[in-house]
Amino acid sequence: MGEAEITITSRGPVSFTFSELWKNRELLYFLAWRDVKVKYKQTYLGVLWVILQPLLLMAIFYIIFFRTLNIAVGMSYPVYASGGLILWGLLSSGINNSSESMLGSAQMIRKIYFPRILIPMASVLTALLDFFIAFLVFIVLLFIFRQPVSWHILYCFPLAVTLTTISSLGLGALLAALNVKYRDFRYLLPFGMQLIFFSSQIVYSLHALQKDWIKLLLFCNPLNGALELFSYPLRNEQMNVAGILISSGMAILFLLAGLLYFKRTEVYFADVI
Amino acid sequence: MKPRIEINHLGKKYRIKKAAPYLSLRDTISDSIRSVFIKEANHTKDFWALQDINIKVEAGERIGIIGRNGAGKSTLLKILSRVTWPTTGEVIIRGRLSSLLEVGTGFHPELSGRENIYLNGSILGLKRKEIERQFDAIVDFSGVETFLETPLKHYSSGMQLRLAFAVAAHLEPEILIIDEVLAVGDLEFQKKCIGKMEEVSKQQGRTILFVSHNLNYISALCNKAVLLQDGKLAETGTTHEIVSSYISQITNRTAQYIYAETDRPGNDTVRLDSLKIIDSLFNARSNFKVTEKIGIEMKYEVFDHGRILWLGHNIHNQTGAHVFDTHSVNSSYYNQPHTLGKYTSVVWIPANLLNTGSYYISSAIFNHREKIIHFHEKDALLFNVHEAVDEVTAKGMNSEDIPGIIRPLLNWSINKV
Repeated sequence: MGEAEITITSRGPVSFTFSELWKNRELLYFLAWRDVKVKYKQTYLGVLWVILQPLLLMAIFYIIFFRTLNIAVGMSYPVYASGGLILWGLLSSGINNSSESMLGSAQMIRKIYFPRILIPMASVLTALLDFFIAFLVFIVLLFIFRQPVSWHILYCFPLAVTLTTISSLGLGALLAALNVKYRDFRYLLPFGMQLIFFSSQIVYSLHALQKDWIKLLLFCNPLNGALELFSYPLRNEQMNVAGILISSGMAILFLLAGLLYFKRTEVYFADVI
Repeated sequence: MKPRIEINHLGKKYRIKKAAPYLSLRDTISDSIRSVFIKEANHTKDFWALQDINIKVEAGERIGIIGRNGAGKSTLLKILSRVTWPTTGEVIIRGRLSSLLEVGTGFHPELSGRENIYLNGSILGLKRKEIERQFDAIVDFSGVETFLETPLKHYSSGMQLRLAFAVAAHLEPEILIIDEVLAVGDLEFQKKCIGKMEEVSKQQGRTILFVSHNLNYISALCNKAVLLQDGKLAETGTTHEIVSSYISQITNRTAQYIYAETDRPGNDTVRLDSLKIIDSLFNARSNFKVTEKIGIEMKYEVFDHGRILWLGHNIHNQTGAHVFDTHSVNSSYYNQPHTLGKYTSVVWIPANLLNTGSYYISSAIFNHREKIIHFHEKDALLFNVHEAVDEVTAKGMNSEDIPGIIRPLLNWSINKV
């Protein structure tokens, strides 16, 4: 074994180098594996909940919005809404899990060294696993509703998922670090999540909006860009490229802000958590 | 070969706040608003948990870290474990390091024993392949094989601890940092742990840093020790020297103690006046050669006529081991009541009985038959026994210390047959 030399100074950890993360990739896997295992222990339905949760939500919105309000989204409403809801699920459970994750792992943080960023990363990874199971259900729905699909699905879906994951990790890491220092964010978070939900074109379509500047403003919510990409191969409407670019820019901004703030504050996590 | 661990001018400053340990947004906002209008003194106070610490640990050394609560032991271990970061100075670590500031870190109650072995091993820095290779040994050491598939929450706390230690004991680092992990668990398992740690450190040549309040374990495991005092490095030396010096630090009374009139331990029957360690000339002294006899003198006053009073001393050594008790069974007052007045008792520990080291004495007057303890002064005095050069001792021509709690010089006879 090579003579690994570590220098500890006031500058803090070097956990953000890629090699440090790569060295600890197994721990990331085990942390995510633990979250998945623990999540459905002592539930009767077990992993079925992954499928049931978006289905139930979708049923509610189907009854309320489609049956009573008749919202036009340019395609089959149940398919549109369920696609939106599973992407929303990825974003929201990623952010919710990671913002609570640091406090949940306080004991580990106080007692042992590992790159702290692995904790929110594991939370997002867990959300991603849930998403893929729900996504399989969504594929089945496409067949049931005889949804026509264009070849653009091949790049649009992966891009949409990437965009959502990046936003989820960025905001998740930011909130995880903020929560260590200021517990106030625990109570602010539910309102923030509602703001994201209602400003996203999950159960309605931004295409119905008249004013362009409002549309572009709403695309500052990165989920709107992801949803735009997600629905493009499914419906016969023009893609809002400017909106997607704004959303992508915001997602990258969130990621950088989240990681930088996390890195700046992780030095004193063990002292204040 | 360069030292395994090099600690240079290490310091750690904590900012102590009057308020909660974590900040709330309100405080930050209101503080910053206030500070705009009023220039006021900070509400925080700086506290140096560690200051200018310099230690070098060579490969294969086993170093015990000793000090009172708040001396900075845990902070030092936390910095070495990279859990918290220093304010000044640096630490250079050469080699793979594992730290056990607590056993069972990251254990999850909902997961099974098997799952927790993998999780905990991974958190402690083991690769999955290493865990698989060591799995049987870990299960074997913990003795929980029948419950491997049971969720951890159904384990007894003892079983959880055994499993946790078993995982930790099978780490294979070059440097191992251990904090107080043995403070819990039943005695038999503690012995097993100490045995395992001795095996790991002595036979496999690991470098070990060990913090414990149990001086027994420090003595058993470490060949060197450092003494921390108020965040500073007070002393470095052999375990033996440092342990003695620590004991004299905690028991600041040494050769004699005379109680103030109003502060005498006891009750309406009897009160303690003074305690003294004496040499054969009845002078108070705290350092003795192994070839000298050591006296314990106790002065007391009796206020209640006609009571049977028994006197006793407990002797503990520096590792906390109970060496022996002695009671006044062969004095004339064992069966005869005391009358009013002042008394002096003396008991002699024979020469060539105790091993070298430090001893502390607890003294009591009691009556076991009446189940009364009139007073029991714990760790009241301290004395040291050191080597006698050029004299006949049990050590003979041995150059190293002789192990064992006592070191009597016994009569041997050897005849050729």
